[in-house]
Amino acid sequence: MTHDTQAIIRNGLWQNNQALVALLGLCPLLAVSNTVINSLGLGIATTLTLVLSNGLVSSVRRYILPEIRLPLFVLMIAGIVTIIELLMNAWFYELYKTLGIFIPLIVTNCAIIGRAEVFASKNRILPSLLDGLAMGVGFSFALLLLGAFREVLGAGTLLSQAELLFGEGAKNWQINLLDDYSGMLLALLPPGAFIALGLLIAAKNAFAIKSKNARNAHEIT
Amino acid sequence: MKLTSPVSAALRVGLFSFVIVGLVTLVFHATKDKIAANEHQALLDNLQSVISQDSYDNDLANDVIQLQSYTIYRARNSGIPIAAILASTTVHGYNGNIDLLTGIAITGKITGVRVLKHKETPGLGDKIELKKSTWILDFKHKSINDMYAKHWAVKRDGGSFDQFTGATITPRAIVNEVRNAGIFFQQNQSAIFQ
Repeated sequence: MTHDTQAIIRNGLWQNNQALVALLGLCPLLAVSNTVINSLGLGIATTLTLVLSNGLVSSVRRYILPEIRLPLFVLMIAGIVTIIELLMNAWFYELYKTLGIFIPLIVTNCAIIGRAEVFASKNRILPSLLDGLAMGVGFSFALLLLGAFREVLGAGTLLSQAELLFGEGAKNWQINLLDDYSGMLLALLPPGAFIALGLLIAAKNAFAIKSKNARNAHEIT
Repeated sequence: MKLTSPVSAALRVGLFSFVIVGLVTLVFHATKDKIAANEHQALLDNLQSVISQDSYDNDLANDVIQLQSYTIYRARNSGIPIAAILASTTVHGYNGNIDLLTGIAITGKITGVRVLKHKETPGLGDKIELKKSTWILDFKHKSINDMYAKHWAVKRDGGSFDQFTGATITPRAIVNEVRNAGIFFQQNQSAIFQ
């Protein structure tokens, strides 16, 4: 079991990272990752959806017939996302307005139905919840890196508009890295998202190859 | 592979739908009032950004009339009309619609203009937001009588309003839309405050 747990976590965070390896959920990933706070908001909402949908799918997996599994998954995920959207609209209204259309778009994040199909429908509840959490955190991690990269390059700031997520007290959290930085528009526009994601994937692959070589060298000696 | 009966499959889909829709309905009812309150507060905040709060005493957000394409909020003090706030949309921006509010006092002076929603280029056209630049404050205190004059235009067009480096279309759209709203207000004042 301990081994399983470790494997699930490692899979979600790194080896099968939904954003960087599986390349799933790119639409919300690329569209809202222009600031750290937007990334964090969408990351939390996606993680919550993943955990809830994995938990729900796993708990009813015995009643789902193979022929109708996809419509049922879609139904459950759409229901969960709608509920999250309503809750956000009620309690995080400003952030809800900023993330706008991308909350309902979580439904179309293939990572969620992917985990329902590959993992939750075949495993017990606890491992499924853990898988959802690990996948969600891995996805959020990629989102945050992208958001930070694009915000620093594009606007020269970090954590701007933190009040959307953390309330009025967070208004002065914004860090201005460079004074009089006029910004790099490209980083904030859609092409910047693709370029940043490409660099991030390249960095991940380079790191993975390097650590694999190191391990091999270690085994030889 | 054993085939399941279609009836069983249909029943299951029906049952799942029933439960999920039930859950969504529950949450919808639990959050309905809070969401309506949020939206009302957001509208009020927007309206109050173009008119000073102590100049009127009516329920501004609900004293509303629709005339042609304008949604008009009417500010009154002890029943006497003070100002109107015109919500309108221009399609002449660089990218998509721009929604804005124009507050005009009964004297013909502009009490304020704010952009509510736009998709203009970040870093260029988005200086119409107060968050990015104070440009939009230039409209305050200007008079609708000036709107017929040649200087009611961006500098590029021979007027007195600044444009932004690399973005003329966006401010031009705002300047023109404010003029349209102002002239509409002047010509329909009696209908607005009927």
